[in-house]
Amino acid sequence: MMTETDQILRVTDISKSFGGNTILNAVSVKLAKGEIKVLIGPSGGGKSTLLQCINCLVVPDAGAIELENETIDFRRKQDLYRLRQQVGMIFQDFNLFDHLTALDNITIALRRVKKMDKNQARQRARLELDQVGLGDKEALYPAQLSGGQKQRLAIARALAMDPKILLLDEPTSALDPTLIGEVIAVIKGLAVKGMTMIMATHQISLIYNLADEILFMENGRIVEQGPPAALLAAGNTSRSQGFCDRLNELAEVDG
Amino acid sequence: MFELSPFYQELLTSLNRGLLMSIALIIPSAIGGVLIGIIAGSLRTFGDPVVKAIGDTYAAIFRGTPLVIQLFILYFGLPNIGIYLSPYVAAVVGFTLCSGAYQSEYVRGALLSIKSGQYLGAQALGFTTLQVIFWIIVPQAVRRAIHGCGNEIIYLIKYSSLAFIVTCVELTGEGKTIATEYFRFTEVFTILGLYYLGLVSLAMVILKKIEQRLYVPGFGHN
Repeated sequence: MMTETDQILRVTDISKSFGGNTILNAVSVKLAKGEIKVLIGPSGGGKSTLLQCINCLVVPDAGAIELENETIDFRRKQDLYRLRQQVGMIFQDFNLFDHLTALDNITIALRRVKKMDKNQARQRARLELDQVGLGDKEALYPAQLSGGQKQRLAIARALAMDPKILLLDEPTSALDPTLIGEVIAVIKGLAVKGMTMIMATHQISLIYNLADEILFMENGRIVEQGPPAALLAAGNTSRSQGFCDRLNELAEVDG
Repeated sequence: MFELSPFYQELLTSLNRGLLMSIALIIPSAIGGVLIGIIAGSLRTFGDPVVKAIGDTYAAIFRGTPLVIQLFILYFGLPNIGIYLSPYVAAVVGFTLCSGAYQSEYVRGALLSIKSGQYLGAQALGFTTLQVIFWIIVPQAVRRAIHGCGNEIIYLIKYSSLAFIVTCVELTGEGKTIATEYFRFTEVFTILGLYYLGLVSLAMVILKKIEQRLYVPGFGHN
């Protein structure tokens, strides 16, 4: 069993409403170093909002977030900026900077946020580009990259900041089926290196192979959670099991 | 050896002198207009309600009143409160403020057209709000606004002729003087028109070069 000190992130009872609609209802998540949790569940269940609350892109209405035993004060901008520097985020639609080359998409945050000098930043960026197999694409702009390359660049950009945790919000959902494999391979590589991650995904191979724990979200709550081996065991009647069965059926129809 | 008649000699000498004055009016007004446009456009888009209201009022006044009246107030009106501007300064200030108001509208439209994902992507990396605006949003907006801003500069070249009415004698002023003196309006104003056409064509070449320099695949034509 993990001890309190292993925990890198503690999210306690966070809630968020938009105009009277409760999107998150007292959700708690704990994450240990190197742990991978996968969020699944129907659209509109609160997965994206939960991820965006964890790095305070959406500031929670209530609850607490602790990163390495440091509580974030939601009212202090400096706290939010520091939190976001330490928590990487991968978006479904990449959100690369359209006016910058692949290299500069990575260097800009290193230079402006981490205050690295130009050469240091470039060196680091090239290292990250090589890691995701884009070493020869540094001079290209996002519009000149394929979807899979864009997402790999987004991952490289996040990793260059040395995040303690990586949040992935349906990283393969906007991709052409033929391009999903290359992104999955990069994510699996991160898992092997021990990256701590929370990922919302409908990719069955990511769920089965990477998840230490599955969180099934519905109506703004975590309604089920546990290791895949338990939740997805044959004959189990869990919600997660039913959901993954349907994903499998879809995958077979597709394939 | 071909030689110009005294009329044309005098005309071209005057127009060339006027051309220099026009250029001296246009260049600072164009640069100042773009700078004010970027600043006012950004404040009108991202500022708090008070700043926004100030910016909107500025744009409403300078877009909503004739430039001639603005120039009259600057040159003939301000002395009443003890501010004396030379004709040249009054004209440049008027052009800059008027141009800036229009430019701010192009800039504002471009800023509003940037997708919210660009903010999210930058914020998620730890950028402060100002850093997002300065490093991510404005550079993209400039590329979107450039066609409109260039258009405004071309207008400016032509409305710079209004400097003449606050006694700053530039291209049109010089032409008008000669035309009245010789009573040869057709020739003078045709040649004057060609001078402006030349100026605008030159501006278009320069603007095209800037567009090419700022070109990024995925922005504008591709």
